[in-house]
Amino acid sequence: MATGCIEIMPELCKDCKLCISVCPKGLIESSDRMNQKGYYPVYFTEKDLKKEDRKCTGCSLCAISCPEIAIEVYRD
Amino acid sequence: MTKVLMRGNHIVGESAIRAGCRYYFGYPITPQNEIPEYMCQRLSKLDGGTFLQAESEIASIHMVIGASMAGGRVLTSSSGPGMSLKQEGISFLSALELPAVIVNMSRGGPGLGNIAPAQSDYLQATRGGGHGDYRNIVLGPSSCQELADLTFEAFNLADKYRIPVVILGDGMLGQMMEPVELPLELKIKKLPHKDWILTGAKGRPSRFIRSLILDPVEEEAHNWKLMRKYERITKEEVKWETFLAEDAKMMVVAFGIAARIAKGAIKRIREQGLKVGLFRPISLWPFPNKVIKEFTERIRHFFVFEMNMGQMVEDVKLALGGSSEIHFYGRPGGIVPTPLEISRVITSKYHQKRLG
Amino acid sequence: MEKVFSRPRSLKKTPFHYCPGCGHSLLHRIVGEVIDEMNLQEKIIGIPPAGCAVLAYNYFYIDMGEASHGRAAALATGLKRALPDRVVFTYQGDGDIAAIGTAETLHAAARGENFTTIFVNNGVYGMTGGQMAPTTVLGQNTTTSPGGRKEKRDGFPVDLSKMLAVTKGSAYIERTAVNSPANILKTKKAIAKAFQIQLEGYGFSLVEILSPCPTNWKMDPVEACRWIGEVMTISFPLGILKDVTGEKKDAY
Repeated sequence: MATGCIEIMPELCKDCKLCISVCPKGLIESSDRMNQKGYYPVYFTEKDLKKEDRKCTGCSLCAISCPEIAIEVYRD
Repeated sequence: MTKVLMRGNHIVGESAIRAGCRYYFGYPITPQNEIPEYMCQRLSKLDGGTFLQAESEIASIHMVIGASMAGGRVLTSSSGPGMSLKQEGISFLSALELPAVIVNMSRGGPGLGNIAPAQSDYLQATRGGGHGDYRNIVLGPSSCQELADLTFEAFNLADKYRIPVVILGDGMLGQMMEPVELPLELKIKKLPHKDWILTGAKGRPSRFIRSLILDPVEEEAHNWKLMRKYERITKEEVKWETFLAEDAKMMVVAFGIAARIAKGAIKRIREQGLKVGLFRPISLWPFPNKVIKEFTERIRHFFVFEMNMGQMVEDVKLALGGSSEIHFYGRPGGIVPTPLEISRVITSKYHQKRLG
Repeated sequence: MEKVFSRPRSLKKTPFHYCPGCGHSLLHRIVGEVIDEMNLQEKIIGIPPAGCAVLAYNYFYIDMGEASHGRAAALATGLKRALPDRVVFTYQGDGDIAAIGTAETLHAAARGENFTTIFVNNGVYGMTGGQMAPTTVLGQNTTTSPGGRKEKRDGFPVDLSKMLAVTKGSAYIERTAVNSPANILKTKKAIAKAFQIQLEGYGFSLVEILSPCPTNWKMDPVEACRWIGEVMTISFPLGILKDVTGEKKDAY
């Protein structure tokens, strides 16, 4: 089973929530910290977890769905 | 050099080819149909020659834009309603600073009008014609030889200044046949390189050509940039001709085919001993304002004759600034008056003003 | 850890000005990915529309030339005929291509002009505030079809891709959407195929993409994507309408 992780660039996010709707494991959530454009960017809930604790597989569905190219994906 | 007997519309085509034009996009409309037909024949035999009869004048002017963006020397032609359709495209050509040559063989109008020759598109051509603050270079040939020479030069002017150039002809000029000396063919490879065209970003940063400038500050700057170009053109590219003007007491002002008729009229008038001359603007934009004004030092009467209801007369009035009397005679709708008729009108005015 | 997804090289780093959830942002990225993968950056020339994507040239590291509203197909014709060995594509909205630009597009297809059109169908005039478009579906509410598009008052929507598929000069016409990751990937494949069709000189190619306009549809982006699947695809079914290299060689 591949492990992955994503990096979300909050300044690019417009909170469209498309990534949230497609993540098969529900690993993205809305945040409550506004970015400079006035949006509340989403964040990766497993950001601070170690590799062995993460459920993210790097499937990239979130990145594929993100209109702002705000998500980069890493995979083993 | 040998002369060939050719029809005006064909001369436009041949001259364009010799100036390195390899792209023609147009649409049939009388009285210029011979231009697309000629270009179709000629371009089909040339390497890299592209002829396309578009689905409308709107489509064809935009094909002109495309080929000009790619760096080609491009020609289109039309008349009356077709010229009106092209105006948005011409505004874009100006804003995008793209070279192109547009030939208008004017006909009677407005509306569908007729297919007889007229000069009723002068204001449309010299005021830009479309939306926005811009001007095109407008040339007014009055003979087949001039059609040959000015069409050739139009391509050089268009490239030199990155500006559309309108050849303001008319139905008679397009149809008549005269012996002409055609210009020597240019070598396309020797044409100056254009460093602003769209060819794919190979070996250089990508570029774009656009006229949308949302910031008014930037748009104003762009407008002034165009204005400075127009000032340069006004300094360098004014063209005119005079005929028997040295001792004239009345100066006829006419352009294009009307000037041919006027010359015939003036020859008759001179036989009666009346001192009438002709001032013929050849560049209609830039209009030879300064030159014509100089004649007001000794000539008090200007007689404008055009085949319309009064268009170039406005430019004459502007240029003279009230320093002389201006008379006008026009025949719109496709009427081509004879030199006899014009000579009578001028003579009558001459005597009425007691010019002796 | 290997980076498996990032911004395409042919896209500038400029953040998109489009609304949250707008299909243009997705499509710009998709086009950028295709340009990267097919190595077209140095030979491709794009023609943006008059519409929300009028500033497309701010996002791509490729040559681009502006066309006036609706006339991109004519401009592309002139450009491609002058530079037949470059890849030329137009990028047009539904008003641009199916209202004011119908004649130019139809005739370019009929002539088999060898360029590609990316037709972004979001069923409204986005930039000007959400007026009815030729592809607004019956019952769809817009600022100029209050209460929803009505047959008698507003006429029927236009299926331009179907019309173009019937035209003999068109080589490849496919309709996709960007309302789900699967459809996004299919769109990318379709655009790549369209460029390939152009490279092989088959004639006119077009990919119509059903695209969300959350702002003017007055929905949130997720809802908008769902609406495409549930409503738009009924009037505009997805799939290949014409493919001279495949099984759909003839009219739709």
